[in-house]
Amino acid sequence: MATKTSKSNDSIAGLIKLHDLSVSFGRHLVLRDISLTVPRGQTLAVIGESGCGKTVLLKTVIGLLRATRGYVEFDGQRIDKLGEKELAALRTRFGFLFQGAALFDSMTIAENVAFPLKENRRLSSTEIEKVVVERVTQVGLPTSVLGKRPAQLSGGMRKRVGLARALAMNPEVLLYDEPTTGLDPIVSDVINELIIRTREQNDVTSIVVTHDMKTAQKVADRVVMLYPMGRLEPDERQIIFDGTPKQIMESKDKRVSQFVRGEAGERLVEMHEMFVGN
Amino acid sequence: MASASNNTSVPARRRGPFAAFYDSIADVGAVVIRWFETLGDMALFMWRTLSWLVSRLPRRDTLIPAFYNIGVLSLPVVALTGTFIGMVLAVQSYTQFKQFGFETRLGALINLSMCRELGPVLAATMLAGRVGSAIAAEIGTMRVTEQIDALASMGANPVHHLVVPRFLGCLLMIPSLTIMAIFMGVVGGWLYSVNVFGIDSYHYWHNSQQFVHNWDLFYGIFKSVFFGATIAIVSCYRGFNCAPGAEGVGRAATAAFVLSFVIILMLDFFLSIGLDKVHDFLWPDLMVR
Repeated sequence: MATKTSKSNDSIAGLIKLHDLSVSFGRHLVLRDISLTVPRGQTLAVIGESGCGKTVLLKTVIGLLRATRGYVEFDGQRIDKLGEKELAALRTRFGFLFQGAALFDSMTIAENVAFPLKENRRLSSTEIEKVVVERVTQVGLPTSVLGKRPAQLSGGMRKRVGLARALAMNPEVLLYDEPTTGLDPIVSDVINELIIRTREQNDVTSIVVTHDMKTAQKVADRVVMLYPMGRLEPDERQIIFDGTPKQIMESKDKRVSQFVRGEAGERLVEMHEMFVGN
Repeated sequence: MASASNNTSVPARRRGPFAAFYDSIADVGAVVIRWFETLGDMALFMWRTLSWLVSRLPRRDTLIPAFYNIGVLSLPVVALTGTFIGMVLAVQSYTQFKQFGFETRLGALINLSMCRELGPVLAATMLAGRVGSAIAAEIGTMRVTEQIDALASMGANPVHHLVVPRFLGCLLMIPSLTIMAIFMGVVGGWLYSVNVFGIDSYHYWHNSQQFVHNWDLFYGIFKSVFFGATIAIVSCYRGFNCAPGAEGVGRAATAAFVLSFVIILMLDFFLSIGLDKVHDFLWPDLMVR
């Protein structure tokens, strides 16, 4: 496992850089002036409560969503300046594990894992089959699942297939969107172990979006906490914490410590007032 | 602390004696603007589909299932409805024609209506209902479950992968479905006229031959190609822009059918005028008007 050190944003030539990134949907501002650098090989956990813009951040990094202001730089390239084909080529350097795995229902597991290879590489069917078996085995699934459809698998197995598919192209960066959400504690731990093992075996840079503190503690070198725009002061930064998993546990910021401990705090009072008000 | 409403505020409503009047004008304006935005967005969507169509064809394993689903699986329902439409035409027209002693000319009416109008519109309606809604629901579900994002994240273009095969399927299969609808309608009308109304088969066909020409068959098939393209583009667009949740998928499926049908009828009107003009230009001696 990599050493758990926090490095300042400006001192490192990062693989992924966010420059004053803002994203809004209509009049609804979700991300405001986010600046962040992720060095090569680092596993960054992005935490925060539901609706604070974690998934939006992840999708903006890979260009699935466009920034309203600011830009994302990957390996020295501004992704907002890329054309459709260049962006598609750049995306093959990423692997994305979606929250619900996002497997294609109409395809078998083997076809799902083979999809990025068929789409982007000129490989023979034997070579593709070899990679598929290799990746499925790497995530700890038996080859008997290859002929099945996603609907025939459990949530944990689907996540693992999603990871196998994300790994198929041997990416430089892995993006995980809530990898343990909806899974029981044991399967969650299996997924966490897979994230660590994948990093060790494939030497990838990872961004893990999660609200599960156990996951953040276990897999990350660095933790960043986002705060919902609606609760921020106008001149306040949206990243309210940036440090190591150890540092976040000792944070004096009330908002951070509340999240880490899973305490509702004044939210209970707000909720009570809402009910009384109604 | 700033509240969330600061970022999601809605424009303040006017107050005063004419407030409701101004607001209603503003609401109508907003609807019109949204309608034009959708129209422009749909035109861009079609342009992207056509660009992919000429730059790179989809893989065979995505094309064949689309063709099978759109063409082969729609054949029975198109054939069945075509037969009944032909028979209904016979039932509805017989009494009027008999009053003037024109019952042997029933074939001309049925066959001409089937070729020029009912065959293509019927095939398009069945396709919009059976295939268009399914396309919107399928792509909408893919949108909601992030499968479209997954496609894009793997370097695949969602329009190329999802829209182009369905577009080609609708475009190339609808002429066959139209021919099937026309054929079954013609056969249904003939069987009913001859067997139930006792019209002489020779005169039935002889009169039909005088009024129905190759141009009429081309007329129907030509229109059907536009109908097929409309169904594909509208349904895929609705699926791509589906609102979240089961309700969003349901609405996308319904909207796909309704909008396709409305556009088909509008196109039918303008294409009919256009094709009549072409006919008059090509064969001025056969001009009716």
